[in-house]
Amino acid sequence: MITGSACIADKAPLARLYPTDTKTETTGMLRYLLGRFWQSLVLLLLVSVIGFAVLNLAPGGPLSQFTLTPGMTQADLDRIATQMGLNRPLPIQYLDWLTHLLRGDWGHSYRDGRPVLDIIWEHLVATLLLMGVSTAIAIFVGTWIGVLGALRRYSIFDYAATVGAMVALSIPTFWFGLIAIYIFSLRLRWLPAGNMYTIGNGSLGDYAIHLIMPSIVLALVNVAVWSRYMRTATLDVISQDFVRTARAKGLSSRRVLIRHILGNALLPMITLLGLQLPTILGGALVTETVFTWPGMGRLFLDSLGYSDYPVVMGLLMMSAVLVLVGNLAADLTVAFVDPRIRLS
Amino acid sequence: MTQSEFLVPTHSSQRWWRSRSVRRFARHRLAMFGLVMIIVLVLACVFGPLLLPFDDLYIDLRGRFSPPFTGYHFFGTDPLGRDIAARLFMAGRISLLVGFAAMLISTVFGTVLGIAAGFFGGRIGTVLMRFVDAMLSFPNIFLLLAMAAFIKPSPIMITLIIAATSWMEIARIVEAEVRSLRERDFIVAARMLGLSNSHIMFRELLPNAIGPIIVAATLTVARAILLEAYVSFLGYGIQPPLPSWGNMLNGAQQYLDSAPWLAIVPGAAITLAVTSFNFIGDGLRDALDARSDML
Repeated sequence: MITGSACIADKAPLARLYPTDTKTETTGMLRYLLGRFWQSLVLLLLVSVIGFAVLNLAPGGPLSQFTLTPGMTQADLDRIATQMGLNRPLPIQYLDWLTHLLRGDWGHSYRDGRPVLDIIWEHLVATLLLMGVSTAIAIFVGTWIGVLGALRRYSIFDYAATVGAMVALSIPTFWFGLIAIYIFSLRLRWLPAGNMYTIGNGSLGDYAIHLIMPSIVLALVNVAVWSRYMRTATLDVISQDFVRTARAKGLSSRRVLIRHILGNALLPMITLLGLQLPTILGGALVTETVFTWPGMGRLFLDSLGYSDYPVVMGLLMMSAVLVLVGNLAADLTVAFVDPRIRLS
Repeated sequence: MTQSEFLVPTHSSQRWWRSRSVRRFARHRLAMFGLVMIIVLVLACVFGPLLLPFDDLYIDLRGRFSPPFTGYHFFGTDPLGRDIAARLFMAGRISLLVGFAAMLISTVFGTVLGIAAGFFGGRIGTVLMRFVDAMLSFPNIFLLLAMAAFIKPSPIMITLIIAATSWMEIARIVEAEVRSLRERDFIVAARMLGLSNSHIMFRELLPNAIGPIIVAATLTVARAILLEAYVSFLGYGIQPPLPSWGNMLNGAQQYLDSAPWLAIVPGAAITLAVTSFNFIGDGLRDALDARSDML
């Protein structure tokens, strides 16, 4: 399996001399996969406990919404609590909730009685679209800023990128969004100020135009993080022997950059992408609010406003699931791409 | 000369402000910029309201939406005619205080947990760190909002909630640091001397891990200020009429076209404060990083 790019093989000369037989390698990989999978499951269980605890131990609890109804008496509240099983001990409630969750029954919205999973599903695509486009922008821009900064270390560009990244990390996403709306929607009138599409015009171009501002606003923080890490990773790789070898054997600097430096520097970035997921998702919540983007973040805020516990709970779980699945996927991708991990 | 004097490391007899770390920090231009900005901001928030001719709660319905620099309204007025400069400084008191307090709480909690997890290791360490991992699986803002939405949001509760969702990074950093220190000779020696666990944890391990803790704490102030701004902007944080930088922006979006200064001014204050703390944190990292001592 050492047929990957030459640069990776350079880093594992022993493996090239003594190729492991594919059978043990596969079982090693399989064991790694299973181990990571188990870890994620345990974590998911813990996450569900924390999520459940946060919402149910808060003063008021799921009943708080009903207390607002005029004419509601304590007897009524007790009856509702009994009907909904809210007067049982918390651990029992948790187990009950968990078993339903595992069967795909995430409860019903207090607001319109629809299944929580259906509601989340409707909003998930919009969020994933926003996150995906934004992350793609962040990776592209961040990679180039980072690599150029590393190649021209201590230049004005490098310095500006460093300071710029720190400022970008400090700007509140929603404020950046407001400023962008002010400039590009209200003053210049180039881009729409919000929503996912114009009503009555569902063309692809219309979606794209609505995507531009929110995805760039959401990308800002990630460009900063990504470019910082990319700079460090590139500096690491540049000083390695195989880069010098590649240069010495007369490869064009463009080829060395793309094949040897970029290929290796991007590898640890896959893990970073997994680790950044909570930040991106949290940023999406804020961005969606500012740009009235119909995603999970908007749904979360609307549900909070209505004290719609089942939906809030479902979204809390769904966000953690997305993060854990993303991290798992990132680790597996690294293991798949990098033979060093498979072999160790 | 008694023996104990030999045991005292030489640098402790020097004045701390002449130490290598302080000098390196003072040379860090961005960090000094950050420090000066924070001092200016704190002074402005403490003394500003005393110097301005307006009360932050005084409503002047005839002077609504005055743009900046009308009369003595340097930053203009808001939809109720309140002076934005006065509100900005009062809000700064709240936002900076919440940021500092949340940092203190989360740093203490994260440090204690991290030291315990790293020192005891084994099953205790694993359980504690898995808990940290689980907490980090939630996007910060989701957790924060879920907690804030169902309680009565007072500044103290908001501080506690922000602390409750931002101690994990520090715990992780401290745990890793302590784990690497645990097998070092001086800890082994301390164990052989029969020192108690708590003595080893807080007198031996803690001082040796203090560099990364200080850096993380500084960055946590920045993040806590941001988080407060996020929840307050979304309406679940500090509640008006008590001003905070975040809730000043809360209604700004609907007046973005006619009164953009409502959005620009508080946001700029947040950005300035957060950037400054991040700069300071960066300078501290450079100054306290033991590895760069070798250079």
